[in-house]
Amino acid sequence: MSKDWPLWEVFVRAKGGMSHRHVGSVHAPDAEIALRHARDTYTRRMEGISLWVVPSAQIVASDPADDAQNFDPAQDKIYRHPTFYDIPDGITHI
Amino acid sequence: MYTTELSKSASGANVQGIEDPAKLAAFEARVAADEFIEPKDWMPEAYRRTLTRQISQHAHSEIVGMLPEGNWISRAPSLRRKAILLAKVQDEAGHGLYLYSAAETLGTSRREMIEALHSGKAKYSTIFNYPTLTWADIGAIGWLVDGAAIMNQVPLQRTSYGPYARAMVRVCKEESFHQRQGYEICMAMMAGTPDQQRMMQDAFNRWWWPSLMMFGPTDDNSPNTAQSMRWRIKRDTNDELRQKFVDITAPQADAIGLTVPDPDLKWNEAKGGYDFGAVDWEEFYAVVKGEGPVAKERMKARRDAWEKGAWVREAAAAYAEKQARKAQAA
Amino acid sequence: MPSLPPIRPEDEAVAEKIRPGGAFDAPVDEAHGRILFELALRLGDDSLILGQRLAEWCGHAPGVEVDLSLANMALDLIGQATHFLTIAAEAEGKGRSADDLAFRRDVLDFKNCLLVEQPNGDFAQTMARQFLFSAWQKRLFDGLTACADDRIAAVAAKAVKEVAYHEELAAEWVIRLGDGTEESRARMIDGLDWMWRFIPELFETDEVMTDAAARGLVPDLASIRIGYDARVRAVLAEAGLEAPADQRPILGGRRGHHSEHLGHLLAVMQYLPRTYPDAVW
Repeated sequence: MSKDWPLWEVFVRAKGGMSHRHVGSVHAPDAEIALRHARDTYTRRMEGISLWVVPSAQIVASDPADDAQNFDPAQDKIYRHPTFYDIPDGITHI
Repeated sequence: MYTTELSKSASGANVQGIEDPAKLAAFEARVAADEFIEPKDWMPEAYRRTLTRQISQHAHSEIVGMLPEGNWISRAPSLRRKAILLAKVQDEAGHGLYLYSAAETLGTSRREMIEALHSGKAKYSTIFNYPTLTWADIGAIGWLVDGAAIMNQVPLQRTSYGPYARAMVRVCKEESFHQRQGYEICMAMMAGTPDQQRMMQDAFNRWWWPSLMMFGPTDDNSPNTAQSMRWRIKRDTNDELRQKFVDITAPQADAIGLTVPDPDLKWNEAKGGYDFGAVDWEEFYAVVKGEGPVAKERMKARRDAWEKGAWVREAAAAYAEKQARKAQAA
Repeated sequence: MPSLPPIRPEDEAVAEKIRPGGAFDAPVDEAHGRILFELALRLGDDSLILGQRLAEWCGHAPGVEVDLSLANMALDLIGQATHFLTIAAEAEGKGRSADDLAFRRDVLDFKNCLLVEQPNGDFAQTMARQFLFSAWQKRLFDGLTACADDRIAAVAAKAVKEVAYHEELAAEWVIRLGDGTEESRARMIDGLDWMWRFIPELFETDEVMTDAAARGLVPDLASIRIGYDARVRAVLAEAGLEAPADQRPILGGRRGHHSEHLGHLLAVMQYLPRTYPDAVW
């Protein structure tokens, strides 16, 4: 038996107030060691203050083949953005 | 980096015949428009195969590349040098890891890649098949080998495959100190005792030509270059990079009193660069074939580490399984 | 201008006695400097030798991720060694540097404990050594954060976080190897068995430590032992391992009497500065 340890995706919070961001992955036998490996690999240069590790197999991703139906319909809904509306110059606090 | 192009076989010559022409055209258009290709996107098999080979080769080079420098960590001559060298070699482990991860997104497991390395099927940069004989070699490697690597890697930050490009961004950021620490060692050696200067010139003599070989065969001997450049997994030709390297490095050698071991090296005003002597390509191909001076030692060290570590990897996996079973039972 | 009080002849006589030779410096407590030197040397040598040992793994660990972990620990330890040996060099006051102490002392003058100089062996032996040492170092550094010497206290305050991580990491590996496969369990038992006889030295209270404790430089080692033993027992229990039977303690490192291994380690580590004594690197 010489299987790889499972793969984990690593997310790092760079500083307070920011969300965790995907930085890469590590192999590890379990969650505890995955955190150690993530720390020892991805935060050696003060890159973070908090870590998440998630088994890669648990990530559910959208299918690129569905990109058009998933994401194109949002393109013409410009009324969702504040700049769509004309407000006269004199009006404030809106 | 260390992505010398080492295989001539895996070419995409008859790709058009196999792949769906519409998908292929859409893919080529995306790449031509500087878009990034991501793991789940459709890609031609030849692209997947070429990238897997290139990224895993790059990863292997980082991991095997730990050995020549690692050879001197225990003998680094001061506390500061010891810490710097260890941190640098550790970075290489990290870079190997980032690259294996990027290659894994293409569907090949790390174990498969490592086994390909150990069986001799996968290649790694020829440069690491040369021995580190004195402390001066550590300076020479940082300066020349990492210098050559940077030249190759910086353009790859914009390569077409997203995970590879992102790994390269990280690698380039971290490697920015590697070349400087090497040159600093060289400066100290050349400002030192006659013994130190002798060591340094000797190391320079030994590493100069292998460094030029790192950029791979000449352009007219690199059949895949055009394809790779169209796919943006290679951004400059081997000869362009080699010329750039010589132009940058020769004055750096001169500045600290080192003599470039090439009687034909001469500034060419007309082309705005140096002319230099012929690389010994016979040696290059011999080293590619696994006949480098310490190729056997390097492979043995890697295989030993892997085989001697097997029981550790198995034990941790077994423990994790037991814990999972316990959690399920509870 | 205010007038000075008159200086009487008897005052002059007293002054002569207090400051013979016309020295205006504050009196130097030579004993204090000597104890501080000894203490900083022990702390620095422990970290240096273990850092050197761990660095031997670089490029040869059971996996890339593990290679990174081991190098991180080695870097922490080399950093600690640099700080402690700098303090030792200053306390000694003979113009030597931390590098002089690391690279130009011979084996009899090294004051590290015997545990840290033990060979790496396999990964189980390395982790057994790491856990047994880091668990001690963590508790010692906790105490050293209150050291009467500000510099040692400052280094300990920074380093205690590093060694807390080392202790946790090593404990996790002791547990996984102890409770992994039959092979890993056997190897972990062997690793612990090899290291066990060097534990008593960690708590040895010789003259230097007694004096240092009296000066508020080090915590009471006996009080550390209680927490240490409890921690080791707990981790071994989680690993499904029994503590090895107590073995006859092997001592001597703190007085410069080491195992045969240290001489070889130093021969490698010190080779360049000793071969080229005039060189600057």
